[in-house]
Amino acid sequence: MDLLIDQFFNTAIMAQAWPILWRGLQMTLLLCLTAVPLGLLGGLLVALAGRVRALRWTVVALVDLLRAVPPLVLLLFLYAGLPFAGIHLPPFLAALLALGLNASSFYGEIWRAGIDSVGHGQWEAARSTGLGHRQTLTAVILPQAARAVLPDLVSNTIEVVKLTSLASVVALPELLYSADMARSVTYNASPLMLAAGLYLALLWPLVRLLARFEHRSAGSR
Amino acid sequence: MGGWERFVDTFFKPALIERYWPAILDGMWVTIQIAAAVVVTGLALGLLLAVIRAYRIRPLTWAIILCVDVLRALPPLVLILLAYFGLPNIGILLSAFTVLWLVLSAVLAAFTEEIVWAGITSIRKGQWDAARSTGFGFTGALIFVVLPQAIRLAIPPLTNRTIAITKNTALGSVIGVAEILNRATTAQSVEGNATPLAMAAIAYCLLFVPVVIAGRWIETRFGWRRA
Amino acid sequence: MSSSAARPILEVRKLTKRFGTVEVLKGIDMVVAEREMVFLIGPSGSGKSTLLRCCNRLEEPTSGHVIVDGVDLMAPGTDINAMRRRIGMVFQQFNLYPHLTALGNVSLALRKVLKQSRAQADATARAALEQVGLAARAGAYPADLSGGQQQRVAIARALALEPTVMLFDEPTSALDPELVGSVLSAMRDMRAAGMTMVVVSHELRFAREAADRVVFLDHGQIVEEGPPSQVLGTPTSERARAFIADLLH
Repeated sequence: MDLLIDQFFNTAIMAQAWPILWRGLQMTLLLCLTAVPLGLLGGLLVALAGRVRALRWTVVALVDLLRAVPPLVLLLFLYAGLPFAGIHLPPFLAALLALGLNASSFYGEIWRAGIDSVGHGQWEAARSTGLGHRQTLTAVILPQAARAVLPDLVSNTIEVVKLTSLASVVALPELLYSADMARSVTYNASPLMLAAGLYLALLWPLVRLLARFEHRSAGSR
Repeated sequence: MGGWERFVDTFFKPALIERYWPAILDGMWVTIQIAAAVVVTGLALGLLLAVIRAYRIRPLTWAIILCVDVLRALPPLVLILLAYFGLPNIGILLSAFTVLWLVLSAVLAAFTEEIVWAGITSIRKGQWDAARSTGFGFTGALIFVVLPQAIRLAIPPLTNRTIAITKNTALGSVIGVAEILNRATTAQSVEGNATPLAMAAIAYCLLFVPVVIAGRWIETRFGWRRA
Repeated sequence: MSSSAARPILEVRKLTKRFGTVEVLKGIDMVVAEREMVFLIGPSGSGKSTLLRCCNRLEEPTSGHVIVDGVDLMAPGTDINAMRRRIGMVFQQFNLYPHLTALGNVSLALRKVLKQSRAQADATARAALEQVGLAARAGAYPADLSGGQQQRVAIARALALEPTVMLFDEPTSALDPELVGSVLSAMRDMRAAGMTMVVVSHELRFAREAADRVVFLDHGQIVEEGPPSQVLGTPTSERARAFIADLLH
């Protein structure tokens, strides 16, 4: 038991590692705050492009490819593969791009389902009052679509935040990278536990919120 | 050298493809083994937890919710590093393969529990009433009437989640499980060429594109009309 | 029909049911004899559905006794699941299992509760479907059946277990008017075959024609009971008079 505490919950080591973990957390947050909007926007583009008949199958194929390739493979390809073609991406950009592409494919499916869930009558009603296609989309359809798929959007956002930890593999000094550095220096798992605690603090509220959504949708059925 | 030749030489160099395709193929086999093991244990464990939760025994329910929440909130890579580098320090030595299998199974079990439980709670009370009125006890009603319907509701979301989690087998490369990505990065660092990584990407596509398409089909076709 | 010599099948004694502070049933005493068809009527909120659901303990009574064929359902040693098998129940919303065919719905309890072989259970289930005139639809899923057909499958599901008594909880309220007849005629056939039945329903015309006795409930108490001609024709209490006039316009 003492061994367990010493190896996983060593407060002295945690305190020692705190400064780099704090910087790592900030990097993680920066990555989240750029990758999530990028993915949401990219996903919206994917969903809208999928509605254009000429682009439909191209979009489906791209989305399926992105969903088939593990995000870590995509990231390593961008970070370690592209340099051989003369394209050098810094770790942050590589991570942002990989996360953005991956998230776009998933958010895209969610947006598509959301837009489909809004009845045709809404389009007709909006157009009949003189709104243009773009205005109808942004003012009438998307707000309803977002509400309809809010739980899925939250769920995927949790996944994107978790995926930021992959950036540690390309040496971006985000939370997990910092914690693992501290772990390898101290030969002690406590920094990793601390990082786990920080991820929990970040994501537990969202997970609970999601459980709330699920419970409510089940109750109303 | 023209642009096309350079592109081919960088990402699809024939000599390297020939040299490394057996290794990538071995990696695919390892990936398939882990994925299969994770799917079996993860789904079974998750289903079992959802069934236990249905009995609404307070302490058990709380324990399940706690574990599920933690496993949903933590990045799997954090769990993998914790288990792989942390456990040996307290005398628990697990192979990289075992760590990957256990962690991903636990994560899949957590999501499965949540999805199946949502299915169970969405079954109308009348179904329980009908089953109980024909003499089923709680367990009988759960197993023969409620669970078959709940699982059916759970299949589309569960398929997508299972695909996402089996793709995490690639995380094994970080702790040295000899799956596709691990073979590719090793080869790439030896050769100084992106071809092995491109091969890895293609190998994943070969494995998972059919699964993703099947998942899409299941999502639209599965389920039955409600009475 | 309701001769006093007939054996009591269902006895309700001093039954009360409270939801929180609301007393829904305030000491109900009721006896249903073998082969008798009793109609429970009353305004919504009178407690009639709760009373019915207490009869197989789908609703847990707060106090009192429910005795079915001599066995007290409230006694600690009673195997409630074994007793429920002998108390058929038909629900307003049918509650058919959507993942099973009509035959599967009827045979499930035969196979899993009574542990009959598949062949034996299927034969019993087919006979029960035959009784409600649906042998031809045995392979259909609930979603492919009309409301009236679904309710008759639900009746067959209860009948197949050869119950001692059948409880009907507003069996026709969820049906389109043109489908009500098929369900009522199935109930008429059961009555002719000698089934003991307790029916919560607003089908007063059917009650007048088929029931042996009508029980009027209001505010959790039995206000009136007697032959249909008496309770429906010349109700004594003001509440019953207003309620019946309302339903028969």
